[in-house]
Amino acid sequence: MEVTGQEYKKMNDQTTPRSPILRNCVIAFLVGGLICAIGQVITGWVVKLGLGLDDARLIGSSVLIAASAILTAFDVYDNIAKHAGAGTLVPITGFANSIVAPAIEYKREGLVLGLAAKMFSIAGPVLVYGITASVIYGIILNLVTLFR
Amino acid sequence: MLSGRPTILGYSAVAGKREGEGPLGRGFDMIFEDTTLGEKSWEKAESALQREAFTRALNKAGISPSQVNYLFAGDLLNQSIASTFGLREYGVPMLGQFGACSTMAQTLALAAIFVDSGAADICAAITSSHFCSAERQFRFPLEYGGQRPPTSQWTVTGAGAAIVGLGGSGVRVADVTVGYITDFGISDTNNMGAAMAPAAAETLTAFFKDTSSKPDDYDLIITGDLGAIGSDLLRQLMERKGYRLGANYTDCGLIIYDRSKQDVHAGGSGCGCSATVLCSYILGKMEAGELKNVVFVATGALMSPTSSQQGESIPGIAHLCHLVAIE
Repeated sequence: MEVTGQEYKKMNDQTTPRSPILRNCVIAFLVGGLICAIGQVITGWVVKLGLGLDDARLIGSSVLIAASAILTAFDVYDNIAKHAGAGTLVPITGFANSIVAPAIEYKREGLVLGLAAKMFSIAGPVLVYGITASVIYGIILNLVTLFR
Repeated sequence: MLSGRPTILGYSAVAGKREGEGPLGRGFDMIFEDTTLGEKSWEKAESALQREAFTRALNKAGISPSQVNYLFAGDLLNQSIASTFGLREYGVPMLGQFGACSTMAQTLALAAIFVDSGAADICAAITSSHFCSAERQFRFPLEYGGQRPPTSQWTVTGAGAAIVGLGGSGVRVADVTVGYITDFGISDTNNMGAAMAPAAAETLTAFFKDTSSKPDDYDLIITGDLGAIGSDLLRQLMERKGYRLGANYTDCGLIIYDRSKQDVHAGGSGCGCSATVLCSYILGKMEAGELKNVVFVATGALMSPTSSQQGESIPGIAHLCHLVAIE
């Protein structure tokens, strides 16, 4: 008997194993939390050294970005991310990884059309929609305060 | 049916580190611990794999490149650059092939048909894939921290080459079945086994009907790279068509890696998967007399990053070569 497309989709759904969502969420929660806690510790430490909170926060983020870039270059970050999933993707370290990884990969195609152009192939959409969203939010906030 | 008895005169498979660590590792003619093969790019590394496989297959057959009338070669890269750049120095007439991961069966079938028809005395079939060149073209940069779903498969780093001519001893290509494009609407590029299984089912059914045979008549029925999910689905599809695939059925993607230890999820894939398994394990066992009658069906997913991004489903194709050990 011939199988129809719809029947096959059902067969496929029954045969295909699901991603272990609960396990992935727990690991992501723990790793993501750990990365943010490390950022917090660095920030607190810098404040103790006598810098203002704003500067300390900036340094905290920068250290995490640098660490992520270095771990990416040494072929470590992707091996952590394989288990951590969203835990390493969502914090600022994931954003750094998404820029450094294509920069390394496409360097072979040249510094301009390879490294520089492909650098934002993953992070680009985040920037486009992130900036657009913040502009829209800014306009709304402005309108709200105007009529208050 | 090929009555002229085209025979495999020589064959060779070369592979990367991970494949070498797999269960079939000892069967490969060369294992490259450094998967760059000393080249500056992954694409060049893949070209080098093709050269290595071709040269070793020629040596085993005891013939020189100038004796080869036609080369049939392919890979997964855009415009098949691994093949064309890898084989340009030999000066042999070449017909580049693209059949996605079905390319090994496609090239072997064409080589056999050319020899069988008398259009050529000796032809070569060469196919490769490389995990790193495939990842950068189809997915993400290597260092990108992504998570692979359980259905995803691991592209094999390796190349296989087979030299086909007349009058050798060993293994002959008895029949070939060219498949048609089958599309059941699967669009998940992380589940290619499911996209290709219907094509394998169609080709196998056509072959069994044409030859009035049944699965139990063969020592081994082996698909190219359906992986765990795809081969499970193929069993279900074949059962519906009235053909029960028994213990003599397996998939190259399932046997090339140790799935419990090697972190390859649903198994191996890529045109190097069926190429390396054919040109080491299968032909080796046939030559040793352990297997006599083998159905080799390589499966391909005919999509590109463009078609996938545009939301198109994944058409599948499968080509079959029936191999018989010469008594």
